[in-house]
Amino acid sequence: MSDAKIHVRQVGKTFVSEQREVQALQSIDLDIQPNEFVTFVGASGCGKSTLLRIIAGLETLSCGEILLDGEPIDGPGVDRAMVFQHYSLYPWLTVMQNIKFCRQLKVIGDTVRHDGDVESAAGRADALLNLMGLTRFADAYPSQLSGGMQQRVAIARALMPKPATLLMDEPFGALDAQTREVMHDLIRHVHRLEKSTILFVTHDVEEAIYLGSRVVLMAPRPGRIDSIYEVPLPAQRHQDMKLAPEFTELKREILARIRETSGMQTDLEQLAKLSAVAG
Amino acid sequence: MTAQISIPSAATAAQPRHTATPAAPAEQVVRKSSFWRIRGEISRRSAWLLTGAGLSLPFVIWWLWTALGLADPMFMPSPGAVLERIGRWWTSEGLLRDIGISVWRVMAGFGASALIALPLGLYIGTYRPVQAFLEPLTDFIRYMPAVAFIPLVMLWVGIDEGSKVLIIFIGTFFQMVLMVAEDVRRVPMAQIEAAQTMGANSGEIVKLVILPSAKPALLDTLRITCGWAWTYLVVAELVAANSGLGYAILKAQRYMHTDKIFAGILLIGLIGLLTDQAFRWLHRRAFPWMRK
Repeated sequence: MSDAKIHVRQVGKTFVSEQREVQALQSIDLDIQPNEFVTFVGASGCGKSTLLRIIAGLETLSCGEILLDGEPIDGPGVDRAMVFQHYSLYPWLTVMQNIKFCRQLKVIGDTVRHDGDVESAAGRADALLNLMGLTRFADAYPSQLSGGMQQRVAIARALMPKPATLLMDEPFGALDAQTREVMHDLIRHVHRLEKSTILFVTHDVEEAIYLGSRVVLMAPRPGRIDSIYEVPLPAQRHQDMKLAPEFTELKREILARIRETSGMQTDLEQLAKLSAVAG
Repeated sequence: MTAQISIPSAATAAQPRHTATPAAPAEQVVRKSSFWRIRGEISRRSAWLLTGAGLSLPFVIWWLWTALGLADPMFMPSPGAVLERIGRWWTSEGLLRDIGISVWRVMAGFGASALIALPLGLYIGTYRPVQAFLEPLTDFIRYMPAVAFIPLVMLWVGIDEGSKVLIIFIGTFFQMVLMVAEDVRRVPMAQIEAAQTMGANSGEIVKLVILPSAKPALLDTLRITCGWAWTYLVVAELVAANSGLGYAILKAQRYMHTDKIFAGILLIGLIGLLTDQAFRWLHRRAFPWMRK
């Protein structure tokens, strides 16, 4: 038995609908160390989000086992916060009320109260607000914020109960490129500061390399792990590294592999025929 | 926590560094009126003017029709005659009492319906087993015409106030349950799952996420079904009533008092409009976060 934070062994997931069965995940093996930042990429249908949702406890697995700190996962828990792509904020609450949402829950009251003498919950909420650059918007409603700011509120809210693991399901998928860069540095900063283990699902290979210490490439039909890449970048990262040769080389390699595994290559010959007919 | 370390924020990053935008060509400045643009905006003044015109148009036509003598006053009284009739109803025929008893019946039927439909719809929309158990049944009953229940209601409940309230209840309740369930089902799954990953239990999710999230839609459902409750008033007052606006209309028919029929219909419409506006006002007051 390893001392892995998350230990995934032979995990399979089958979705059964009225007409057919879909093998979303098959024989997944993966160990994630404490404080690791692992990113997941792959063609659509490869099951990367499903794996994340199983670890979050939002889906059950069909076979195999997942151990979290040596214990099997039984439903969602306050130790694993999840950040969704969108629509997860509470529009009727202000930014500050959203961040403090977990304080109303019975289960959180106790855990946070323990180190309450060191730092009050209000203090943590203020610090998170400051960290996210949202101090001026504490009393604004989510509908008054831009998409990037809304996602920062969602991240702050997820961090509030001090989760050991942060699960992020394409959290920046709906943001524009500039905002996304800002968010990348922010989330790396959060990772250093909070010492959390982060699992990050994305369809953006550049994002996956820039953020992760390992990139897990998954392949569809059936959903499985195809390969795992160590990212040859130092822990301290900055935007210029995206232009470094080792970065672009890894990006080229991963993109090529995704194309190979997706089964959706463009048939150039076929395309040429089509344009000949059209012409 | 050391949150002092400065990080690049989108707020500063978004600030334009250069303001050297070239001047727009003149023809771009000339905007076409947005009056007939699909989903275009119109000014507040135009909106009020059009609303006023739309509301008064039928009255103007009605007034012209009768003033020109095109209609037999026996079948179509003039607006003036109807107004006069409302005055007489008020002074000597107990209009206030009729309005009072009708409002009471509608509100009692509607209130009872809401009292049961809200929790029931919440359960149907939240728990699949409850939905599977109750929704098809509710769907089935809602297609049964409320009017057809009158004989049964009279046999079972009698002919006093309870039977009138029950008719209005039957007319609104089953629709309301289904609409409430639908409102609850529309709460985004991500909102619920976010609470789950923060450790919320079922009770907390219903109380802290589903209810507040569905509230604006629920208030809208109440507004719409309240309108339906008013439409069942006349039907309800078919049951051995001797007071109320609906009863007054039915009795006026017997004596060919078309002016009173007109007056009754207009008054019910007016009360409905006022209730609707009250609900809308409450909606704006209660959910300031919906304003952009």
